[in-house]
Amino acid sequence: MSLWEYANPKKFMGWTGPVLPWAFWTAGICLVVGLFWGFFLTPDDYRQGSTVKIIYLHVPSALMAINAWMMMLVASLIWLVRRHHVSALAAKAAAPVGITMTLIALMTGAIWGQPMWGTYWAWDPRLTSFLILFLFYLGYMALWAAIDDPDTAADLTSVLCIVGSVFALLSRYAVNFWNQGLHQGASLSLDKEENVSDVFFFPLLVCIAGFVLLFVALVLLRTRTEIRARRLRALQLREVRT
Amino acid sequence: MIPDLGKYGFEVASAYAVSIVLLFAIVGLSWRQSVKQRRALEAAEARRHG
Amino acid sequence: MIALLLRDLRLATRAGGGFGLGLVFFLIVVVLVPFGVGPETAILSKIASGILWVAALLAALLSLDRIFALDFEDGALTLIATAPIPLETVGLAKAMAHWLTTGLPLTLAAPVLGVLLQLPASGYSFVAVTLLLGTPALSMIGTFGAALTVGIRRGGLLLSLLVLPLYIPTLIFGAEAARRGTAGLDASTPLLMLAGITAGSVALLPFATAAVLRINLR
Repeated sequence: MSLWEYANPKKFMGWTGPVLPWAFWTAGICLVVGLFWGFFLTPDDYRQGSTVKIIYLHVPSALMAINAWMMMLVASLIWLVRRHHVSALAAKAAAPVGITMTLIALMTGAIWGQPMWGTYWAWDPRLTSFLILFLFYLGYMALWAAIDDPDTAADLTSVLCIVGSVFALLSRYAVNFWNQGLHQGASLSLDKEENVSDVFFFPLLVCIAGFVLLFVALVLLRTRTEIRARRLRALQLREVRT
Repeated sequence: MIPDLGKYGFEVASAYAVSIVLLFAIVGLSWRQSVKQRRALEAAEARRHG
Repeated sequence: MIALLLRDLRLATRAGGGFGLGLVFFLIVVVLVPFGVGPETAILSKIASGILWVAALLAALLSLDRIFALDFEDGALTLIATAPIPLETVGLAKAMAHWLTTGLPLTLAAPVLGVLLQLPASGYSFVAVTLLLGTPALSMIGTFGAALTVGIRRGGLLLSLLVLPLYIPTLIFGAEAARRGTAGLDASTPLLMLAGITAGSVALLPFATAAVLRINLR
């Protein structure tokens, strides 16, 4: 049985039904444990004081904001090549979650920025790239909403996602060129040089796991909703005709 | 119980508040949409078979 | 392809074709800016090249929905799609027509309007060159966006929402090149990037445009 069998809508509903509560529960546990650990049991940072606690929200949400878009890109490609409806619907389902993550990243970033840099907003490359990503999400969601025929909508939004991804990448380089910026370098590179110290690192990992699991759970839930909506639409069309 | 957040108390608290509100919002919205579609689909299926 | 191009040029320059509108809009935006930021020469001359870029970009945006919408509505687009020329070439021709009727006139008008914004003397050539290099990209990206939204009624606003983020890299490199050149700094990197974006767009977006047209014409 190939992996693609799971992409069949009925099969998808079948296996995601039991998986969904597990996804939500493990997400919840990771989030509660991670945030609790980070908020209550870690020290303040030497330079940043207690604001370092914002890292447990800011970094995971920023990571998910990007990863959500990448998942949408992959799902869009799968739709265009293999025409699995579940794939197209999963991309559609992921967008609101992704935009929420982007918003959390932007807002926690702004709130953190005020005491650290003296301003809520700076046209720093990382922040600017996230603002641009926010606009891409908006456009994607708006296009889905504007088109009646579901297959046409899936096709057009998939092409938009692909073209958008190229331009989003271009924008990242353009924005880095345009302004050197205040944002610190990568906190979590595999190269140990600039890593966040261990006492913050482990609760952060748990929070990241929590956000990832929450994303997965939400996308599964929302895709199931989309599949039901699609079936409902088919039934309603049949009702209208008879 | 709440650690001394020092002079950044407002910032940390509001960052957490904003994030938690947004997370609850997307979870709640997704849940509501799911329930609504499920009910509508069940009704349509019932009409079809009834 | 030439026939299509000439036809579009003729349609655009005919009365009601919207040819002058982009230029007039460009002028109006440029006139509005000093009212918004104050008439001080020092400030205006600093932001002049950037304003010209943003205003030209917005003016180019205006005429984008005309690219396919009119042909789509009266069925001409379906006929064009069945013609022996590939749809990719149609996309390219449409973008070229847009550039000749919008991008190029804006590029020529920009130095003139630069006078109103106290553009420094060194800036004129850079504004012209960067717009000349960048407006074809704006036309091609805009054509893709227009193809995407061609079937949507009142799709103009959605078109802007989709196309403006795509315009950002072109804007950044174009305006940066103009700014650096005006200030006497080395502008070669942004100029090269700008040329690269135009070349890439013109080479690759016709394929995306054709794909999207086929989807919309099903």
